[in-house]
Amino acid sequence: MKKTGPKALSSGGSLPKCPTGIQGLDEITGGGFPLGRPTLVCGGAGCGKSLLAAEFLVRGAAQFGEPGVLMSFEETEAEVVANVASLGFNMEGLIRKKKIFIDYVHIDPSEVQESGDYDLEGLFVRLNHAIDSIGAKRVVLDTLEALFAGLKNEAILRNELRRLFRWLKEKGVTAVITAERGREQLTRHGLEEYVSDCVILLDHRVNDQIATRNLRVVKYRGALHGTNEFPFLIAEDGISVLPITSVGLNHEISSERIATGIPRLDSMLSGHGFFRGSSVLLTGTPGTGKTIISANFAAAACARGEKTLFFSFEESPNQIMRNMHSIGLHLEPYVKRGLLRFHAARPSLYGLEMHLATMFREIAAFKPQVVVVDPITSLMDAGTSNECRGMVTRLVDYLKAGQVTTLFTSLTQAGHALAQSEANMSSLMDTWILLQDFEGNGERNRVLYVLKARGMAHSNQIREFLISNRGIDLVDAYIGASGVLTGSARAAQGALEKAAVLAEQQEAARRKRELGRKRLALERQIQGLRSDYETEALELRRIDEQVGTRSLVLFTEQTASGLLRQADAKVVAGSNGKSRNGKVHL
Amino acid sequence: MKNGKVKRVLSARPGPASRTWQLRLYVTGRTPKSTTAFLNLKRLCETHLKSRYRITVVDLLTHPQLAKGDQILAIPTVVRRLPSPVRTIIGCLSDTERVLVGLDLRTAI
Repeated sequence: MKKTGPKALSSGGSLPKCPTGIQGLDEITGGGFPLGRPTLVCGGAGCGKSLLAAEFLVRGAAQFGEPGVLMSFEETEAEVVANVASLGFNMEGLIRKKKIFIDYVHIDPSEVQESGDYDLEGLFVRLNHAIDSIGAKRVVLDTLEALFAGLKNEAILRNELRRLFRWLKEKGVTAVITAERGREQLTRHGLEEYVSDCVILLDHRVNDQIATRNLRVVKYRGALHGTNEFPFLIAEDGISVLPITSVGLNHEISSERIATGIPRLDSMLSGHGFFRGSSVLLTGTPGTGKTIISANFAAAACARGEKTLFFSFEESPNQIMRNMHSIGLHLEPYVKRGLLRFHAARPSLYGLEMHLATMFREIAAFKPQVVVVDPITSLMDAGTSNECRGMVTRLVDYLKAGQVTTLFTSLTQAGHALAQSEANMSSLMDTWILLQDFEGNGERNRVLYVLKARGMAHSNQIREFLISNRGIDLVDAYIGASGVLTGSARAAQGALEKAAVLAEQQEAARRKRELGRKRLALERQIQGLRSDYETEALELRRIDEQVGTRSLVLFTEQTASGLLRQADAKVVAGSNGKSRNGKVHL
Repeated sequence: MKNGKVKRVLSARPGPASRTWQLRLYVTGRTPKSTTAFLNLKRLCETHLKSRYRITVVDLLTHPQLAKGDQILAIPTVVRRLPSPVRTIIGCLSDTERVLVGLDLRTAI
């Protein structure tokens, strides 16, 4: 059949691989199972090994054009078809198109007597016939160990099994053999000793009442492979293995910025909001408004015409929409236009991987540009913290790879600084916004600050966060000597400041008036003094005149009396009068 | 049994149909094991079911599709088709005692 498919996938130098088409498994194994060799899949009861084998076959036939033979030792053809039909595979159609051949091998030890020597040539003949009739490239033997129950002579059986695996290799088919997990070895009957190329171990364990399926590549000869345990799940569309470590840190990066839906928050994030494709963590104690901010963000995205997927693990969509009415946010039109989709599920509904797979599927189907997970902490209850971190890592990686901007909200317990899980998770996040309650003066007030924002000069300020019927608003909190004041304390402080300013203004005005008054008084005084002086000067002049007149009169009188007595005294008296007059005028 | 599918048919004189044993021996070619099995089976039938048996030898190399019907895995395998219920014995039938038990021949004697 098509040999180009698998060969194209094999990277230079390494073993040629046969792609399984199973989500994630090809990533772990670096391209699939070893081409043309047998692979052993072992695991306990109910861990999904038969299903994995069947999916390998169906996907091979449907996607890679490689017909396959299923030799089933436990289930009849009808049962196998029904089992895989529940996972959305149409095996019946493939059988009709001769892409798949199912051979049910029934062996009942009670009906069979053994007498003498024998071999399993009949099995070879059947397998060979099945392979040749449809030109099969893939073979599944599920589970070969049934032979150990059916045949008593183990020596013959082991010999024949060795021959079978050799024969399968010679035949050039890629085979998957399933086997039950053994107590001390990988398989109950030591089948791993015949299959040396690739061994995959599945297990199903319950931790804290939560069941997780894990897959591990125990051995893969001649190829690099992920050695970790990877959780996998059986979902509606088959098996998906969820590799954590295989996703590299090499996403495309956008420097485009998108608004948060709250203008003040945008300006706190150096004016433009989040980076497109970044992951944002919003943590806060109960009732700090995480969902409101999320809804605002979602609404802003929808208003830009971007598709938004809202995962709600606490509230039903209708409840969210009703609650958002109270802040004047109407989400229904976006839902109607198909821009906003809600996915609500209880965290305890199923295990973590199932949640993750459901989210992956929703994201793949809806192709949103913005995803909101409210709150991610609810999911933490569905798994251990390690698993949860792994899950968030995978989710973040997945979303980043798709350039999807994601907002995770996280609930912290009041009174605790930061839960360990958040500190863990925060390293995965590009932006971390913290919402807090400030308690005092008999009231609680919300504040918001940006704890980190990779790649932007974000504000280091605390902002008070107000929720009113008009929406969200951020105001500057009062920060002074007495600490951060919010709410009524902030308002009171504001009033106090206003009063102080007013008082100062009044004081200044009063002083001004006083000064004016003083100047007036001064001027008046100056006026008084000047008029005094002028009065005195006038007086002095008048006295002077009087003195002049009097001395003239005196001279005249002396002259007259001199005339009366002796004429020679006239000259002396005249010179005296003149000098006296000069002094006065000076 | 259609002729095309049958390699060799060995029958004694046909008795009443209901009492005739129908045995099928599955082989893959002429191997020592299948030859031994055929000889052993024939010997047993001659001893215990004289002229009341019919052995059909099916070679799976030429008719591989017949293996599915009787759920053949091991070679050689003898299937007792009649009288019912169907009985299966695998191996070269060297352990006569087990063959007799397996074919329910003890009661038939």
